[in-house]
Amino acid sequence: MDVTHDSSRRRLLKWTGAGAALIAVSGAWLPNFGISTTLAADLGEGDVGILNYAYAFEQLEAAFYTQVIKTPYEGMSEAETSMLTDIRDHEVAHRDFLKKALAENAIPGLEVDFSSVDFAKRDSVLGTAKIFEDLGVSAYNGAGQLIENVDYLAAAGTIVSIEARHAAAIRDLLNMNSVAFAGDDVVDKNGLDVVNEPAAVLKAADPFIKTDVTAMSLV
Amino acid sequence: MSNLNQNLLADIDPEISDRLVANRRAFFKTSALKLGAMASAPVVLAMSAQNAFGAELPKDIVDVLVFALTLEHIEDAFYRTGLETHGLIPDKYVGIFNQIGKHEAAHVAFLTSALGSAAIKRPRLDLTAGGKFGDVLSNFDTYLTLSQTFEDLGVAAYKGQAGNLIANDGILTAALQIHSVEARHAAIVRKIGGKKPWDGAFDEPKTKQEVLDAAGPFLA
Repeated sequence: MDVTHDSSRRRLLKWTGAGAALIAVSGAWLPNFGISTTLAADLGEGDVGILNYAYAFEQLEAAFYTQVIKTPYEGMSEAETSMLTDIRDHEVAHRDFLKKALAENAIPGLEVDFSSVDFAKRDSVLGTAKIFEDLGVSAYNGAGQLIENVDYLAAAGTIVSIEARHAAAIRDLLNMNSVAFAGDDVVDKNGLDVVNEPAAVLKAADPFIKTDVTAMSLV
Repeated sequence: MSNLNQNLLADIDPEISDRLVANRRAFFKTSALKLGAMASAPVVLAMSAQNAFGAELPKDIVDVLVFALTLEHIEDAFYRTGLETHGLIPDKYVGIFNQIGKHEAAHVAFLTSALGSAAIKRPRLDLTAGGKFGDVLSNFDTYLTLSQTFEDLGVAAYKGQAGNLIANDGILTAALQIHSVEARHAAIVRKIGGKKPWDGAFDEPKTKQEVLDAAGPFLA
């Protein structure tokens, strides 16, 4: 497949003929595909790469909801506080679970960038939450086929449906009692949810992550 | 192939069909030759789907898809019946149940297409489970309880089967895409019932036998 070089964001997305993804986000186009900065994390190969990919995403979500609870938006109701606290606890549990599973193969903690989020405003917080949850669902849905070990596939399965429950709950908070919980924007005419490849997910998550995350050999 | 089946198959998103049918191009070529210039692309695609999904799928994958289709048939019938029963679903929730019902019908059509000749028709159902839920179509609370049961069960069932689909990337991905839609359904139905949309940070799978034990009473 083609090399896409988005010079405005200095991104490099490259695909080999075998379907292996070489992805660099959030940093300079790295010559020789090496990592040139200390603030960098390569996800690794094979199942380790996929687990690190999930771990990176859960880190992002956990950091986000931790901030949401630490600095509640104006008018956060009791029910909303309870729900968002639950979600924070879930994302922290997912993050810690993956870190433990990866052990010495885990990437370092990522530095996040939520400067685009106004944590004082409900719409900004819930709008960002919706993006993260839908993106997380699509990421796990896309990662399933890349996983080789059946136990890891099962573990990912126990997480993805929780993300989907989060997505539905957040969407309902934004648009109460509407069809938004599983709207036509995320469920197609075959009744199938969104699926995204790692390259698309990392690109979408890029604005929220300061650390260079590279997938040098995510197959 | 019946007209009905043809319509269902022609309705499949071509991109999905592409992913599910690895040898579609080769098949298209031969079939197009056999059918001549009269065959439209959707018809040929439909035929390839019928063959490649049904006849050519290994038995273990067919078994999983038939199992999934059984559950989808129960859900589809459950929402169809509920939506047809005047006064059962409060007005403010009709839109939500319409949306859920639309997805379950789509899942039935999708899996039926995927299985081709191996697909099963809707089994005979008893939504009261032998009288245990006798007021399912007159008491919204009961209806909601069963809705949650079916949705949470669906999530656990697909989750439990993912490992059995690991050899087929396209079908595994499609199953995961259904799985997360069922989880969205479960969340909203639980919320309507005044419950949390989840039970904890991890959703546990169920084995085929556990699921059949739970769903069995609804099969007449």
